Amino acid sequence: MPTQSAASEDEDINISEIIFDHIGDDYEWHITEWKGKPIAIPLPCIVIENGVHIFTAHHAAENGYAFNENGKLVNANTGKRPIDISITKNVLSLMISTLLLLIIILYTANWYKKHDVLKEVPTGLAACMEPLVMMVHEMARENIGEEDYRRFSPYLCMAFLWILLNNFLGILPFFPGGANLTGNIAITLVLALFTFFTVNLNGTRHYYKEIFAPDVPGFLKPIMPVIEVFSAIMKPVSLTIRLFANMLAGHIMILSMVCIIFIMAKYGPLLGGSMTVVSVLFGVFLDALECLVAFIQAYVFTMLSSIYIGLARVKHE
Amino acid sequence: MNLVTPDFGLLFWMVVIFGLVFFLLAKFGFPIITDMVDKRNAKIAQSLKDADEIEARMASWKQEQAQMMEDVRREQSAILREATETKAKIVADAKAQAKAEADKILAEAKQQIAAEKESALRDVRKEVALLSVQVAEKVLRQELKDEGSQRAFIDKLVDEASEAKLRS
Repeated sequence: MPTQSAASEDEDINISEIIFDHIGDDYEWHITEWKGKPIAIPLPCIVIENGVHIFTAHHAAENGYAFNENGKLVNANTGKRPIDISITKNVLSLMISTLLLLIIILYTANWYKKHDVLKEVPTGLAACMEPLVMMVHEMARENIGEEDYRRFSPYLCMAFLWILLNNFLGILPFFPGGANLTGNIAITLVLALFTFFTVNLNGTRHYYKEIFAPDVPGFLKPIMPVIEVFSAIMKPVSLTIRLFANMLAGHIMILSMVCIIFIMAKYGPLLGGSMTVVSVLFGVFLDALECLVAFIQAYVFTMLSSIYIGLARVKHE
Repeated sequence: MNLVTPDFGLLFWMVVIFGLVFFLLAKFGFPIITDMVDKRNAKIAQSLKDADEIEARMASWKQEQAQMMEDVRREQSAILREATETKAKIVADAKAQAKAEADKILAEAKQQIAAEKESALRDVRKEVALLSVQVAEKVLRQELKDEGSQRAFIDKLVDEASEAKLRS
């Protein structure tokens, strides 16, 4: 990306560019700058337009592609977005974190398979994962009900652990972390849609009756279905926005604190030094806050999902 | 507005990767963990219940034991009392028996003494009779040396005998 080198070579630091560069997506994983040269992991661009084209971002022009003002690949001739399923920074981060979760959970499941749980206390990773998994499992039981919470507990565990892991990886400033995955609206939208389909594909007769033919006075009968359908659609939207906005805001706040150091540096050693102390203290505070938010948001997303599923599983009026 | 427009590539990969891993973990991951832990929780709950039950049983046992101890003590004191009574009775019986025996022996002794006294008296009487006869003989021999006195004596005897006959 050309924007990066421009930002650091120049004395005038473009804060919004730096911040949006960190929280946005990219066709390479920029790690740091070394002697004016960017150090980055090149990632494959995969474009489907009259066949599949695979190339790195540096060779985009040779393949007939350019970048638009948002830094996205477009056809150099027509200026239109092709079907772009490139392995971007976020996609790579998604792959790494999901693989990590897969390994952690399969390892834990393997521990439980190999050990007699009635005679042995879990150790190591299993002991670490058990409370998290069981917390979600118990949450599912409370909100969905004794009868069929087991069917939905794996999805809720998956959502919770995945969000939690990615929230924490997002706080990490260096390579495996650093991507702003849960602060990306596409990711939270997919998560919310998974919840939406889980809720609505498993709705009982009573759930749909409450939406389309609720027991209300006659004059409300035509209005209620509209409201109920709107509410059903707003649920995943609120899930999407809540997680996305919380994580994005946290990233922007921390990055802003870090940027203050570089902005104040040119106002002399006294002001720069004192502001550095202040912004480091604030940065530590915000990082701690983000750790809290990372957990809370994962918890809230999972709890709301389980409540929505529980509402869809009503057995009687 | 790059931030709030979902990117298709990311949507696609998220659905594929999340869906795939969810499928794998829902089959081979989470149910194994939760089932095992549920099993353990059930075992713990059962153990706690068992422990409670055992505790209750222990309490009842303790009570039973105390009851038993009480019974034993009561029985012990009853036996002791009985023993004391028996002892007193035996002693009393023995005393009575001994007294009876002693009385019997005493009576026998008295009888014997009485018999011996009788025989002794008889002996003495016999002796005295013999002695008196001898004395009388000697006296008579002394008194009846001459013929007159012999006659006087015979008269007197005849008188006495006739007087006795008359009186009777």
